[in-house]
Amino acid sequence: MASKVLNVFYTDDDILMEAVKKAQSKNYRIEEVFCPFPVHGLDKLLNVKPTRLAITSFLYGLVGISVALTMMNFIMIVDWPQNIGGKPSFSLIENLPSFIPTAFEMTVFFAAHLMVITFYMRSKLWPFKKAENPDPRTTDDHFLMQVNVGDNDIQEVAEFLHSTGAVEIDLKK
Amino acid sequence: MYTISKNLKLTAIILMVVGAIGLIYGFINVPSSVEEVHEILAAQDDHGHGDVAHVDHAHDDEHAEHVFHQLQNKPWASIYTAALFFFLLSLGALAFYAIQIAAQAGWSPVLFRVMEGVAAYIFPGGVIVFVLLVLSSLHFNHLFIWMDADVVAHDEIIANKTGYLNVPFFLIRAAIFIGGWAFFYSRFRKNSLKLDEGFDLQLFKKMFKLSAVFLVFFIVTESIMSWDFIMSIDTHWFSTLFGWFVFASLFVSGITTIALVTLYLKSKGHLQEVNDSHIHDLAKFMFGISIFWEYLWFSQFLLIWYANIPEEAVYYVQRIEQYPLLFFGTFFLNFFLPLVILINTEFKRIPWIVSLAGIIILIGHYVNFYVMIMPGTVGESWSFGPAEIGSILLIGGLFLWVVFTALSKAPLVIKNYPLLKESKHFHY
Repeated sequence: MASKVLNVFYTDDDILMEAVKKAQSKNYRIEEVFCPFPVHGLDKLLNVKPTRLAITSFLYGLVGISVALTMMNFIMIVDWPQNIGGKPSFSLIENLPSFIPTAFEMTVFFAAHLMVITFYMRSKLWPFKKAENPDPRTTDDHFLMQVNVGDNDIQEVAEFLHSTGAVEIDLKK
Repeated sequence: MYTISKNLKLTAIILMVVGAIGLIYGFINVPSSVEEVHEILAAQDDHGHGDVAHVDHAHDDEHAEHVFHQLQNKPWASIYTAALFFFLLSLGALAFYAIQIAAQAGWSPVLFRVMEGVAAYIFPGGVIVFVLLVLSSLHFNHLFIWMDADVVAHDEIIANKTGYLNVPFFLIRAAIFIGGWAFFYSRFRKNSLKLDEGFDLQLFKKMFKLSAVFLVFFIVTESIMSWDFIMSIDTHWFSTLFGWFVFASLFVSGITTIALVTLYLKSKGHLQEVNDSHIHDLAKFMFGISIFWEYLWFSQFLLIWYANIPEEAVYYVQRIEQYPLLFFGTFFLNFFLPLVILINTEFKRIPWIVSLAGIIILIGHYVNFYVMIMPGTVGESWSFGPAEIGSILLIGGLFLWVVFTALSKAPLVIKNYPLLKESKHFHY
């Protein structure tokens, strides 16, 4: 039989942080914490691995700048060289300053949009997706910590968690 | 209470003495007549390309006289560059300080005394710059060609600008700007010291209002100052974002100096309240404003390059032809190196890395000022000699002396500021 899991509710991020530390000192296993907003330092406390999203962002930026330069090279140099203000129009390098803004914007565009899409895919979010958080109040003003009871006495665990400032403790269904 | 260490005092004095010697040598070394310049040029020709065909004599004379004037300007331009750089840097620190108060920032109050200390150089620095401007207007040098009635008489473009660019109005503006900044600094300092004696809500509100008024005064006067003190050297040329460009330069230099002074004091065991999150935030500002500077540097270049209007483009033609290393060097020193050094989150908390980036940024922005001032004053006759290095040492030594004397006059952390507690607990 899988061990029971308690949904423990808090209404303040500082109390939640303290509770996480106390629960960890008792060696209770915290499965997941749901918050209405990011709580600074919580990720370090729970040993969540640093995100790799920044690396993907850098790679997408590289893609963006390559696309921009290839595109500008094709449009402005190869396909139809245009004489704008007498600027050299037969060489990408010599005309590079005028392509910097485009390259910059495309870098930002690719990095931002692809990063958001990656984030959605990685967190398995898509339209009409059913919410995964166990209680709708975690999107409002409540913090929820899920604690695995394990081999401990459930009453004892619940009483201990209540002493850490929990406002409500349920058994996970 | 902080006391200046003997070593620091000695360093400042040695810098000033060595700098003064270098600068005086620079002034003495100026050729006294066109004949001497002829000899110098002939010597250069012998070294460089001895077999060049004989150039006609009249053109030679003209050239020698031109170089003569440039060499006469050189020591003046070098002391002006250094004086202006350090003065504006402390002005940038004051602007940063005022922004912290106006924004009621919670992270920075533990650093307020450091900012006040760096800004303390505004008064002596302003006096030096003003004296140099007065000497220019008395024709001790020819940094500003529009001050020369002979030039104006033969130059229609400058003649059209005399309604704005004339000596009395110029000096009145300079006096108002420098006096205004020094006045605001003294008010800030007075209020901050008064707050140490006991908490007073009225005083806090007063500081808030003062900083808001100062910031409005600052951004308008800073912009006009940049046209007057720097842009008018290249009198024919104009750029509409020049005020912002100079602002970015002085602002990032000011923040960097605040960070360097903070790190120095911390390494000596002072400022225990400053933790690595404060350093992290300063480094973020150094990083961010460096990118902002680059954005303006490139924007100014791009528009002028693209529009290709001769009287605008000549500014960059001269810089790229005569100062290629320095002109493109600022790109690396002020943008590329800070970018790659400071982009890492962890690196922004390591003192020696922040110091390294800070020193690079300060050198880079001095070079930026050099590239803004020198081409219009000494043209192709520039070099880094005793005058240039001496000026930096002289003014830098004075700067150190003034800043650390100001720091030693009051406790290193303010008292009774309402947001001080938040600042002490600041944690990223």
